[in-house]
Amino acid sequence: MTLSTEPFVVNIGPQHPSTHGVFRMRVMLDGERIIDADMVVGYLHRSLEKLAEERTYTQNIPFTDRMDYLSAMSNNLGYCMAVEKLAGIRVPERAEYLRVIMAELQRVANHSMAIGTFINDCGAWQTPLMYMLAEREKILDLFEMTCGARLTCNYMRIGGVAFDIPDEFLPAANALLADLPGKIEGYERLLMENEILIARARGCGVIPRDLAINSSLSGPMLRGSGVAWDLRKADPYSVYDRMQFGVPVGENGDAYDRFLVRMEEMKQSTGIVRQALGDLPRGPSKVDVPLSIRPPIGEAYARVEAPKGELGYYVISDGGTAPYRFHVRAPSFINLSVLKEMVVGLTVADAIVAFGSIDIVLGEVDR
Amino acid sequence: MTTAFAPADLADLLRRQFPDIEAEAGPGWVRVASGDLLRVFRFMRDDPDLDFVFLCSLTAVDRLDELEVVYHLQSLRLNHLAVIKVMTGRENPSLPSVSGVWYGAHLQEAEAYDLMGIRFEGHPNLRRIFLWEGFSGWPLRKDFRQLGEGAYNPGLPHFPKEGGARGVLAGPNWTLPAPGSTRAETDEK
Repeated sequence: MTLSTEPFVVNIGPQHPSTHGVFRMRVMLDGERIIDADMVVGYLHRSLEKLAEERTYTQNIPFTDRMDYLSAMSNNLGYCMAVEKLAGIRVPERAEYLRVIMAELQRVANHSMAIGTFINDCGAWQTPLMYMLAEREKILDLFEMTCGARLTCNYMRIGGVAFDIPDEFLPAANALLADLPGKIEGYERLLMENEILIARARGCGVIPRDLAINSSLSGPMLRGSGVAWDLRKADPYSVYDRMQFGVPVGENGDAYDRFLVRMEEMKQSTGIVRQALGDLPRGPSKVDVPLSIRPPIGEAYARVEAPKGELGYYVISDGGTAPYRFHVRAPSFINLSVLKEMVVGLTVADAIVAFGSIDIVLGEVDR
Repeated sequence: MTTAFAPADLADLLRRQFPDIEAEAGPGWVRVASGDLLRVFRFMRDDPDLDFVFLCSLTAVDRLDELEVVYHLQSLRLNHLAVIKVMTGRENPSLPSVSGVWYGAHLQEAEAYDLMGIRFEGHPNLRRIFLWEGFSGWPLRKDFRQLGEGAYNPGLPHFPKEGGARGVLAGPNWTLPAPGSTRAETDEK
């Protein structure tokens, strides 16, 4: 007797804890194996690119917070750099250092969240996530004392940053930096050689090196596949050329390697923050830029190494007070282009692990 | 440090490789014709001196009389960046899909189709990725009228059975509006 099964379609999401937001994965199953997959996005689409065409350059900064809301500082930075490139504005040195400090703290915060939810997807329900959130919380406290907001910071400005750091920032940051490496090492001991995590994540969602490059992947997705490409090294912006740090690279391109890359990046970012705080020069934190600027006619593409990958802003000016075109190269969105290649052939439970290792934020996917 | 590949050099190189194409160098970019796009891109990706293996960004811009698609290409080994632009007409805009050259282009092309209405021939799965099938008009075009207060996009129930007084049920009468049509034109039909 032969038993045959009929392929059937299952919707994972849009309301499902493993989809990290309102993301819907339609998978066709043969038994428990996935034989085809497709994604449905757009639930959070606000057409920010269109809205930005009706607002001044400065008014658009809060929109960038709301794209990748888990790393608002990096988003602010990329956009302000694009406008500064367009208008030819030079940023004071102190502001550059403050930007680097905030962007790297944000990377630690983002990777804590990414690793926490990834372990959550692997089945360790909530406990590791809560440990990770404890560290993230302290970083958000630093943001709050600097700019008053924890999530949507709106901290960077065209020509600098909105506020200089308050007096209580340095002691709090130093205390955090003294604490953080030990905490991260503790998590490494807890997780890195954890047999269950290795069994779940190693060999799961493999992306070969060539496919990763050909699919425009970036960030830990690209580096997990063995490509040492980090814009902070390859195309240094701000003051990253003065910082000493390493670029961790994976070997196999599986979910476990991406987890290792993120873990190591947290340590490297801590080092960058320590260097930047040590070298922090005195001086103004902002140059005087009118609220409604009119950059000369032209276009600029500026990109930063956001926690999720290459975040690019393509801004075109027609000489007016609002951008003629405002486009975001969103790493979360483009990293999803290999979703089908990752999950086909896996079981549903493993597909959740593979998907969790991409680290997407739906605000940025849908924009 | 990433260097910008000089547009004049790149245009020369392309003209030498393909004598029959037109390559116009501008400030920071090179414009090629849509018919030559695929062979130019294959050459740029595979040539060892150019080595543009990585497509950074693909996006569309409304230039009022024409639509423009902008490709940012990056070489990881030689660390240089080039910008290629292609124009396509406003009526029935269509370009060859580059997802066969860089696989990662397929989502970005779907986005450009959804918001700007440019059809990419040979795309594996061209669909409205953010908006819903049947949405009329292309929001990022400059002539798109935003939905005002109390306005309702007819024929576009969000869920199949959510018809309403002026809506129609999902079915074969859902057609994609012609590229370039705005909501006002759809209203009159």
